[in-house]
Amino acid sequence: MNKHFVGDTAVLLGRSLRHIARSPDTIITTAIMPIAFMLLFVYVFGGAIETGTDSYVKYLLPGILIITIASGISYTAFRLFLDMKGGIFERFQSMPIARSSVLWAHVLTSLVANLISLVVVIGVALIMGFRTGAGVSGWLAVAGILVLFTLALTWIAVIPGLTAKTLDGASAFSYPLIFLPFVSSAFVPTESMPGPVRAFAEHQPVTSIVNAIRDLFSQQPVGTDIWIALAWCAGILVLAYLFANLTYRRKVS
Amino acid sequence: MGLTLTLRQPSMLAAMSIPPPTGQVEQPAIHVHGLEKSFKQLKVLRGVDIDVARASIFALLGSNGAGKTTVVKILSTLLKADAGTARVNGFDVAAQAADVRESISLTGQFAAVDEILSGRENLILVAKLRHLKGPHAIADDLLRRFSLTEAGTRRVVTYSGGMRRRLDIAMSLIGNPPVIFLDEPTTGLDPEARIEVWQAIKELAHGGTTVLLTTQYLDEAEQLADRIAILHEGRIIVNGTLDELKQLLPPAKIEYVEKQPSLEDVFLTLVGARTNKEQR
Repeated sequence: MNKHFVGDTAVLLGRSLRHIARSPDTIITTAIMPIAFMLLFVYVFGGAIETGTDSYVKYLLPGILIITIASGISYTAFRLFLDMKGGIFERFQSMPIARSSVLWAHVLTSLVANLISLVVVIGVALIMGFRTGAGVSGWLAVAGILVLFTLALTWIAVIPGLTAKTLDGASAFSYPLIFLPFVSSAFVPTESMPGPVRAFAEHQPVTSIVNAIRDLFSQQPVGTDIWIALAWCAGILVLAYLFANLTYRRKVS
Repeated sequence: MGLTLTLRQPSMLAAMSIPPPTGQVEQPAIHVHGLEKSFKQLKVLRGVDIDVARASIFALLGSNGAGKTTVVKILSTLLKADAGTARVNGFDVAAQAADVRESISLTGQFAAVDEILSGRENLILVAKLRHLKGPHAIADDLLRRFSLTEAGTRRVVTYSGGMRRRLDIAMSLIGNPPVIFLDEPTTGLDPEARIEVWQAIKELAHGGTTVLLTTQYLDEAEQLADRIAILHEGRIIVNGTLDELKQLLPPAKIEYVEKQPSLEDVFLTLVGARTNKEQR
């Protein structure tokens, strides 16, 4: 590894964080859609949804957090795309820096921005009556899953960021990710779905992640869900990381 | 060939006893031989040969799509050549890419500046990425040299085209790299901004920096370059000083013509007059 990797990543991270601080609208836009979904489902559809729990917002929140991350990571593709199109990416590549730090700075920025958005969304959920008895270890476990999921999705976002031809193309990839929670246990129990849909819902990553977070919030034993969730996150993370780096190396040499 | 060898020998002997004067000084700053590059079926470079002496300005002329940018990208380690050798500051661009990157700066066709940051922050960013001490002082010094001190704290998005280019070139100077590549440095600039940029480039070469610039403007090459090469259909078709190139054509005939001011003269006089008035 290049001896400047940590220093260069820190400098470039500082640059990207300044971008976010100067256009906080990216954080607000990221948080608005999940908050709108949350309001819509709790106050409009919620009365008709039978989840078998005391509070629908508590049932809903894990899925909303997943949607927050799925919409937040599209900004990584967006910012990376802008760097590629402007000359600054080539300037960095022609300088004596650790080349991988250019990507890592964007990935860590995504992590910071998404964590802020998640805190905003959780804040709104608290106002809407979300309560949990989860202790420090429970919250840490939730944070760990969310961080891992953010990293996995961010490395996916790096790929369109590097390869897209247009700005719309760079961020459009996240739409399917945003809708994945709808066909999962995030909004309604999977038991209510017809056979094939239910089979898909129960075997896609969002369901196990949502179930694990939900159990942590309600202090239930997490069972196998948390391991399936972690396996999904780690698997996606490794694959996306390898593929993103392959794309990057092809792009820069 | 034999002549250069005999000339070199004494200094090589001297280099053995007294360390510093290395062989590098005598090597050209940029040496390119037989460079080839294709993009899929399209042969962009078909054997390019260039030598650029240290502390000189070398202009690579060519129409759009002639391959100028491809040459610059290969020399700045952004692209790999298919064949041929290229050495920058004595380092091979393929085998010693990291050393090449320590030796160069690239100012690409599009101003490589961060619009969301201020001019000063852009300079500090590059100074930090070049691992230099005192990045703030370096930034302030360059802002002064490029008359950007007042605009330094403003975001670059508010800068004019000329200011962006000046900042771009200032960013390229950080760390005093011995070789600077300027890819079409004045494309899209207004006449006044062009002259500002030309001035900056001339000062660079005076300071001992080697400048390779590409341009499609003939007058730019005429104004700036010590040597000019014309890249056409993937090859260098001529390479020489301005006078040498002029001699390729039949000797000038003396004709008497009324001296008409060029549009540029008119523009600069009018605009210059107005700025003077405003200043008063």
